[in-house]
Amino acid sequence: MPNSEPSSPPLLEVKNLKVYFRSGGISRFLEEEHEIRAVDDVSFEIKKGTTVGLVGESGSGKTTVGKAIVHLARPESGTIRFARTDITHLNRRLMLPYRRKIQVIFQDPYSSLNPRLTIESTIAEPLQIHFPEMDKNARRERILELLTMVGLEKKHLSRYPHEFSGGQRQRIGIARALAVKPEFIICDEAVSALDVSVQAQIVNLLLDLQEQFHLTYLFIAHDLAIVEHMSDQILVMNHGKIVEHGPAETVCSTPAHDYTRKLLAAVPKF
Amino acid sequence: MSLLEVKDLTIDFSGEEATFQAVHGISFSMDEGKTLAIVGESGSGKSVTALSLAQLLPPEPACKVRGEVLFAGVNLLKLNSRDIRSYRGKRIAYIFQEPSTSLNPVLTVGFQIEEAVRLHQPSLENPRLEVVRLLEQVGIDQPSRRVRDYPHQLSGGMQQRVMIAMALACRPQILVADEPTTALDVTIQKQILDLLKSLKEQTGMGVILITHNFGIVSGFANDVLVMFRGTIVEHGSAADVLKNPQHPYTKALLACVPRIGERRTRLTTIDYAQL
Repeated sequence: MPNSEPSSPPLLEVKNLKVYFRSGGISRFLEEEHEIRAVDDVSFEIKKGTTVGLVGESGSGKTTVGKAIVHLARPESGTIRFARTDITHLNRRLMLPYRRKIQVIFQDPYSSLNPRLTIESTIAEPLQIHFPEMDKNARRERILELLTMVGLEKKHLSRYPHEFSGGQRQRIGIARALAVKPEFIICDEAVSALDVSVQAQIVNLLLDLQEQFHLTYLFIAHDLAIVEHMSDQILVMNHGKIVEHGPAETVCSTPAHDYTRKLLAAVPKF
Repeated sequence: MSLLEVKDLTIDFSGEEATFQAVHGISFSMDEGKTLAIVGESGSGKSVTALSLAQLLPPEPACKVRGEVLFAGVNLLKLNSRDIRSYRGKRIAYIFQEPSTSLNPVLTVGFQIEEAVRLHQPSLENPRLEVVRLLEQVGIDQPSRRVRDYPHQLSGGMQQRVMIAMALACRPQILVADEPTTALDVTIQKQILDLLKSLKEQTGMGVILITHNFGIVSGFANDVLVMFRGTIVEHGSAADVLKNPQHPYTKALLACVPRIGERRTRLTTIDYAQL
């Protein structure tokens, strides 16, 4: 771990986070109230410049943890601190600066880009919101700089998402996340939908960008091999709870929990 | 004699101005009951090759398929749209990547499997019993209850099991599995691959597995074809190709699979300029 000093305070601190979903609408009257504990008392911290991997199967609650951090899911209880500030219950206005500092890269690069916006408008949008003082020329320059950073070119500016391959679209998603100079990026299954060969390119890009900009990642995925590759620390999640956590190499070489062993056994070996 | 023999298969797609050749005259064969993996990246031509076997590509002039696809000696490419039906789905069945898009959302899974059973085994007196048996065979719990479920009530892994049950309804000699686990979690991927393996042993059917991930080939396939830009760059037994890859593209494709125990190093990527 090149960037972490054990004494430095964590950039993100999640404590006793609980997110419950209840069946709503008419079914509430027809059935007994049904409560799903998607995230059930989860605590962890991430030091600046490091990557914490969050691994688990579909339905384990790993995505909900990421959503709660950016206020896309409402916590039942618990606290989320970012750079020592409690952001759990900030209102829209007070949350705005944190929306810049915390960015998300989603799994499906097909559905997370607006099909009716050119790449230039897609990347310009967050800049207009978070850097309203930036003039048109400066914005264009910044967008070009971002495209180069993620391995795309000037000619791509005026194109639409459908003209790109899956890997290129994921690069666009990364450029959009980087546009506002974030400190912390939640990568929610960011490479899971890609071919292995393209996955390798995107993983390398994320590692390079982390080094260049001293970024901190929460890397969410279901494949332990790729999580181990990216992460300093690993959290293993099952049924809303963290069943194991520790340094990546320890979790993968000497898994303590049965569920971790099951995830390890599922990684193809050859 | 091989059950399936593909000779000099060429597939052209014609656009408004130009024609694109997706597959350039490839040949391969497959014996009865064997598993053949076709490995390659998006755009390598692996899926169109698989689709062409049972005339599943758009008709001419949009798409032109040349060469021969011999199934037990019969050239499937020459059959008319009526005659191909006794092969498509029946002797060569398919399952695809995204089970949720292959299932009809407004019909129960039982109805959809029964449709396939009725079509291919019209002599059966009680097709519902066969549906329940098939669901049981693909490892679905409480199959007699599950027949009444709609696709959205099932998880991705269960939906893929339903697709496999439907494919098995015709007792095919070859099952073409086109990226059957790409949309699934790794743990579910393992379950589905284990299921395909045990079904292969039970029924003696051959499997053509199409994938971009070399990781799932090992321990599953007998033979491997590596496709790159519409040609076969390497062909051999799975053990040989995995242990001792010859072509630089095969080596690169093998190297980019992440493995446990390699932390925070750059992954190997494919240098296309070198190929």
